[in-house]
Amino acid sequence: MSKIHVSTTVNGDAVEYLCDPRETLLDCLRDKLSLTGAKEGCGTGDCGACSVTLDGRLVCSCLVLGVEAEGKEIGTVEGIAEGDVLHPLQQKFIDYAALQCGICTPGILVAAKALLEQNPDPTEEEVRFWLAGNLCRCTGYDKIIRAVMDTAKDMREAV
Amino acid sequence: MVEVHLWSGLRALTGGLEVVEVEATDTGEMLRALTRAHPQLQAPIDAGVSVTINGRVIASGLTEPIPGGAEVYLMQRIRGG
Amino acid sequence: MALDDLKTKDFAFVGTRPNRPDGLDKVTGRAKFGADAYAPGMLHGAILRSPHAHARILRIDTSKAEALKDVKAVVTRADFSDKVPFEPGLEGEFWNVLENVMAGDKALYDGHAVAAVAATSALAARDALKLIEVEYEILPHVTDVDKAMLADAPVIREGAADYSVPEGMHPNVVRMHESGHGDVAAGFAEADLVVEDHFTTEATHQGYIEPHACLATLGMDGKGELWCCTQGHWIVQKTCAALLGIETANLRVTASEIGGGFGGKTTVFIEPVALALSRKANKPVKLVMSRSEVFRATGPTASASMDIKIGMKKDGTITAAEGIFRLQGGAFPGGPAEFTAMCAFAPYSLSNVRQVGYDVMTNRPKQAAYRAPGSPMAAFAVESVIDELCNQLGLDPIEVRLKNASREGTKASYGPRFQQIGLVQTLEAAKAHPHLSAPLKPGQGRGISCGFWFNHGGETSVSLALSEDGSAQVMVGTPDIGGSRASMALMAAEVLGIPYDNIRVTIADTATLGYNDVSHGSRVTYASGLATIKAARHAVEKLCERAAKKWGIPVDAVKWENGCAVPSGPNAGDFDPLPLADITANMGQTGGPISGHFEATPEGAGVSFATHIVDAEVDPETGKTRVVRYTVIQDAGKAIHPTYVEGQFQGGAAQGIGWALNEEYIYGEDGRLQNSVFLDYRIPVASDLPMIDTVIVEVPNPGHPFGVRGVGETSICPPLAAIANAVSAAAGVRMRNLPMSPPRILSALKADG
Repeated sequence: MSKIHVSTTVNGDAVEYLCDPRETLLDCLRDKLSLTGAKEGCGTGDCGACSVTLDGRLVCSCLVLGVEAEGKEIGTVEGIAEGDVLHPLQQKFIDYAALQCGICTPGILVAAKALLEQNPDPTEEEVRFWLAGNLCRCTGYDKIIRAVMDTAKDMREAV
Repeated sequence: MVEVHLWSGLRALTGGLEVVEVEATDTGEMLRALTRAHPQLQAPIDAGVSVTINGRVIASGLTEPIPGGAEVYLMQRIRGG
Repeated sequence: MALDDLKTKDFAFVGTRPNRPDGLDKVTGRAKFGADAYAPGMLHGAILRSPHAHARILRIDTSKAEALKDVKAVVTRADFSDKVPFEPGLEGEFWNVLENVMAGDKALYDGHAVAAVAATSALAARDALKLIEVEYEILPHVTDVDKAMLADAPVIREGAADYSVPEGMHPNVVRMHESGHGDVAAGFAEADLVVEDHFTTEATHQGYIEPHACLATLGMDGKGELWCCTQGHWIVQKTCAALLGIETANLRVTASEIGGGFGGKTTVFIEPVALALSRKANKPVKLVMSRSEVFRATGPTASASMDIKIGMKKDGTITAAEGIFRLQGGAFPGGPAEFTAMCAFAPYSLSNVRQVGYDVMTNRPKQAAYRAPGSPMAAFAVESVIDELCNQLGLDPIEVRLKNASREGTKASYGPRFQQIGLVQTLEAAKAHPHLSAPLKPGQGRGISCGFWFNHGGETSVSLALSEDGSAQVMVGTPDIGGSRASMALMAAEVLGIPYDNIRVTIADTATLGYNDVSHGSRVTYASGLATIKAARHAVEKLCERAAKKWGIPVDAVKWENGCAVPSGPNAGDFDPLPLADITANMGQTGGPISGHFEATPEGAGVSFATHIVDAEVDPETGKTRVVRYTVIQDAGKAIHPTYVEGQFQGGAAQGIGWALNEEYIYGEDGRLQNSVFLDYRIPVASDLPMIDTVIVEVPNPGHPFGVRGVGETSICPPLAAIANAVSAAAGVRMRNLPMSPPRILSALKADG
């Protein structure tokens, strides 16, 4: 099968790759662009470990084809920090030990950032339901939810 | 002499004894003495056993000293998950 | 260890909560997990799996796949060592593992590997699998534990039973455990009330979010390199070498960052297959499991069928307890029957107790350890009966547990007397916790349960090397699953007296450190921690020697205090404290590099107990259950990094909630797994859970220099029972079968009328 040329933007940088029409955006990010921050936990859109943003919208990159990225803006965990300054969520996750093994962390950070961008003052219930698509098997979510809530508070106070 | 308490599943292999007395000063000697006294105990010991000495679990060590008068139990090998 | 070695207070670093050393890597996406590796020229592997639960493999034709241009190697069982199981040391578990990673004569479960290919891309490898022709003779199968013990059940493997199984039992019963003491019949006769009941739990998967992944290189020279996500790379090295027929030392294994394990990554699945493919293709091969493969072919926990009988007096004294536990561990021996039996009644001081465990084979994947293997199921059954006895006798569940609780000196249900333990302290803390007296809303119920786990030591090696600037590097061999680098650095800092941030902890590969047992048995903070402390003390001895030489005084006149060598007393001489960095600055000229080592198998892990309190709410219309409040109280011995101890408590509780309410392996009549994706195998999500409150109890373990007890596993022992007791209270009907899914709740409510 012949490959398709794709031009897209990832974390603000223009990139190109050749992909098989069957390959997912996750495959392309990881295998063609060496952006291995997004993880494949299930390949069926159930675990959220591959979460990225596509033109600002939160998606599971395992459910998007590589060819669909043509002309779009992709955001991954690698693009969350600005230079040498971590995003407040990243710092708070470290401070709160909101990760144990860390495999779900990239997806949860991408998803939580998307939440706070559209809802800077979420309730605990809103955070829990927003992150219901991101599985974590280690933490019981307690420290994750606290980290997101507290980051939201800090960011509101910083404005 | 060390009195070694066996788990009751082993009774069939020792002619009904649940406590076996052997001459031993450490765990390895104790296990060797047990199989000399009751050769049928070789199979469970090969399958893996742990030993407790006064309540302290020795998961696999064969060189742990057994003080005189210590309470000694044989247990199936302790592992983790 | 002498008691004077034990330090339990006045810590400078231990007990603080610094950020983990690998935090930045893990929040930026740069931490390298199993599937994140790449090698120049690498191929991609894929595995063909049996669609049948039980079938004889008559013929495998790989010629069409091999003819594809993109395919560089195809392997079957013939490509593994022919010495297994025929040579000494290669029978037993090595054979079981080889049979499991690549089927021999028979496919033993749906998902059993039968062949594998390596091709130039993952897609090409997947396409090539479709061209491999396998001719099967389908055999009758059995997947249920009770059915597998019936006389007419198909035999999975003739002759697999060991010495312990009495004559006359079905060949699928492969091991039996029996222990206890006293006279249970006499004990039951003394009771005012005897409750006897039957309980079942389903198989659940560890559910780590990272599927198994590896990158293997093995040459014709018999030398190999393996990168993989594992809980223990030395066991991977040893097992792969045996299965491939190479020398252990010629295979170097590097552990990637690991995306969860919980016991499921304590063995090998794809690693030997990737090595065999690499040897045949003479190129690196990357092999990554899909989620469906993880469910179908890696170890879930055992399912259980259990009978419990307990007698109690009106004052709450337990007079006798008896349990029969049947554990289904898949198509191989190894279901944790003995642990289920030995843990079942361990929380209680009993004069009369008997427990029997059966390890039963079925046509399911080989069970793997899952967090305190066997103990959660036993606790579910036993603590449900205790709850029922309390209800029927009108007794307080905490008081009854306190009255019967195991203490120091109690003869354990599994034989010996307990050393210093903390069960009573967890129960007292539960009694004092505001959760226990908080009002419940209509439709809610409260449950409590105790739980027990042995914990483990295991082979351990640690090296600690000092740098000229006074910083230290610590090399441990236990993969960091949940923040253990931080705990190791804290313990090293405590001994050396240098800042936490000046210590870098690395997980060494198999070529750079001595043997280490797996990160299992809640052993990492205990055993690697003990070894780190001892290695640091070893380095301190050398530092003191250098100071003694410099000062011209005997070494026993020097002691180590706050990161400095100081004279041990007024008679030793008058010298200014000599800081560590001043000694290391010129160590090359004063005797050479300074390192500390420790290699041993620490024996003294120290058992641990927990008490959990749960409030649950049941919707009688839909049968849906919600956990509304949860409190974990557990003895940690000494919490080195309390935040990560809390994390272990919370994680164990959450997994227990999943096991109790949702998770189960569902097999069809055809013996095929029906729910091999996360959509259908539902682990708890954020919106399912409340905050999980924690109380850390600290009753020091005399077997660790700082009193540590493992905490990872005990946290999953009480939840099944505590939740079942809460749900039973809320629903007004005893729930005897897990998971308590909405259909089960509804049918229990209906049966209750």
